[in-house]
Amino acid sequence: MSKSERPNQLFRNLNAKVASIPMVLTAVVIFVGGSAWTVLYSFTNSKLLPRLNFVGLDQYYRLWSTPRWLVSIENLLVYGVLSLVFSLVIGFVLAALLDQKIRFEDTFRTIFLYPFALSFIVTGLVWQWLLNPEFGIQGVVRGLGWESFNFDPLYNSDIVIYGILIAALWQGTGLIMCLMLAGLRGIDEDIWKAARVDGIPTLKTYLFIIIPMMRPVFITALVIIAAGIVKVYDLVVAQTSGGPGIASEVPAKYVYDYMFFAQNLGQGFAASTMMLLSVVVVIVPWAYLEFGGKKRV
Amino acid sequence: MRYQFMTAALAVTTALPFAGPAAATDLEVTHWWTSGGEAAAVAEFAKAFDATGNHWVDGAIAGSGGTARPIMISRITGGDPMGATQFNHGRQAEELVQAGLMRDLTELATRDKWAEIVQPKSLLDGCTLDGKIYCVPVNIHSWQWLWLSNAAFEKAGVPVPKNWNEYVAAAPALEKAGIIPLAVGGQPWQSSGAFDVLLTAVGGTDTFLKVYRDKDAEFAAGPEVAKVFKAADDARKMAKNTNVQDWNQATNLVISGKAGGQIMGDWAQGEFQVAGLTAGKDYTCLPGLGLNEVIATGGDAFYFPLLQDAEKSKAQEALAEALLDPKTQVAFNLKKGSLPVRGDIDLKAANDCMKKGLDILAKGSVMPWTDQLLSQDTQKQKEDLFSEFFAKPDMTVEEAQKRFADIVASAD
Repeated sequence: MSKSERPNQLFRNLNAKVASIPMVLTAVVIFVGGSAWTVLYSFTNSKLLPRLNFVGLDQYYRLWSTPRWLVSIENLLVYGVLSLVFSLVIGFVLAALLDQKIRFEDTFRTIFLYPFALSFIVTGLVWQWLLNPEFGIQGVVRGLGWESFNFDPLYNSDIVIYGILIAALWQGTGLIMCLMLAGLRGIDEDIWKAARVDGIPTLKTYLFIIIPMMRPVFITALVIIAAGIVKVYDLVVAQTSGGPGIASEVPAKYVYDYMFFAQNLGQGFAASTMMLLSVVVVIVPWAYLEFGGKKRV
Repeated sequence: MRYQFMTAALAVTTALPFAGPAAATDLEVTHWWTSGGEAAAVAEFAKAFDATGNHWVDGAIAGSGGTARPIMISRITGGDPMGATQFNHGRQAEELVQAGLMRDLTELATRDKWAEIVQPKSLLDGCTLDGKIYCVPVNIHSWQWLWLSNAAFEKAGVPVPKNWNEYVAAAPALEKAGIIPLAVGGQPWQSSGAFDVLLTAVGGTDTFLKVYRDKDAEFAAGPEVAKVFKAADDARKMAKNTNVQDWNQATNLVISGKAGGQIMGDWAQGEFQVAGLTAGKDYTCLPGLGLNEVIATGGDAFYFPLLQDAEKSKAQEALAEALLDPKTQVAFNLKKGSLPVRGDIDLKAANDCMKKGLDILAKGSVMPWTDQLLSQDTQKQKEDLFSEFFAKPDMTVEEAQKRFADIVASAD
């Protein structure tokens, strides 16, 4: 390596580049290739087997005139917004409370994180029982003497999605809390001291100093929650199977049902393309702001 | 040295199948019969097949046809076909046949004269595509049954109804006695199936065929079908307090007298039998809801994926023959609670309800069912509509009928 000319850029860190080839291939072939294939076939009238028989936007027209798909989208919006807000707020508040140098912190942390160790299927089944009007919470409260108590979200079309939300929050907030707690522990003790010297109240310190400093943690939490929202499926299957009627259907379930039960790949592909599109619409501007903006600074 | 050993081992294993011509061939058979009565019934097939000198490898897939079919289809399309597989004959495997993945059984069918022994003849139609036969029907399951709990009607102080209209009239009395008049589980196919039964019973066979076979959307939006939707609205009101999901849980409500009745296929009979109830004494069955006594020739059939292995292909033929054997048919159908596909066998042990079914079959009052007439896609759309209709009391009859007509218009 005594040559004075600049080494070829392509061969710099050759080992690292060779090592990453499998992952690059996986990403390109499986993710990008698979997505492109799906989008292509969503313009065909494929039924049980994929066939290149193009029908233009027919699958999309049908998709957007199907009541079940519209209900799914509405549910995803309600579930998404509420789950995002509540996960972050509850997660942060729990973390802040745990960060007060309390006793038995480990115990509490374990209790809060424990639901995360369960799969969505188990979570769904547990909450299906808890929310069952005859055996669950309603039954217990009525048994205590409050006869008119009514709490059966899973059997009421109007509020069923909140029943699912409760289970999702129970399962997921523990993880967000741990992330937040790690973020809080990463804040230098001196910041707190300085804030105290300046006489800033604790709440204001959290809102205007600590939270802005925890931006990376919030971004991580946001990505984890958002990914969970778009792909929510198993929880719904375990708790309600989309019922009552079609009141708790979600897009991922529509995709699966139409691809495999209805033997209509084209329709399922069109629905999954719409899901991909919605993710792209959210991710691209955000990625542009996050990564594209920094170069100019 | 290692390689030599490996090649030797390989040579031995490839040579094995040719070792003896009479060696038993393993044939994997996939199906979704997993409940108690079903498993006992399918064991009869296994016994009959093993008796031919082959070996039945059971590939039961739990979780009903909806779960099992995608698995079976992906195995066949993915190049890992089983020896034989269950489907409901009709259009479920249509595309697999068109893609050339299923074995043509015409030769065997001609040799064994299936056209003569299979009764009613329309059963074989469900297996036929472009004049070739691709499956072996093994039983007839019909949807058009109303199961009534005699105890529930006794408690309500009204006589057990003889048809749907009397049943609707008796609903208020049942309700007053704290009984759910009609049990309809939450699974989408149940409400959709119940509507199809109402369509045949209240509307009549011709109405059913005009909507589902001719796919006449204008007719589906018209006054004839409006009558059926009116009946479906009655059913919805009668069923509004059912808080169960699975069909057998709903059947259990009838068995325990908590519900007055259920519209369900003849597979529900197995549940009554397991519970130790007697037909006619503890429960009443009304084929065609007591209005239009017909039997739809839906049911189960076995398809044989096209295999390269000559030994296995021969075993497939042996299985096909075993399935239609008169003795196997009797043993299987008695345990399954379904009707046999042959008219020339004697079912002495059949109970009252099965006998009613056999009588209707003997009279030739048969009709095709949705599995034969509609694609899975259309069936799913129908399920979505009716599960919403039954769960949402504020959805009007007119709105539901309009959407139904739209589905019929785009049906294939």
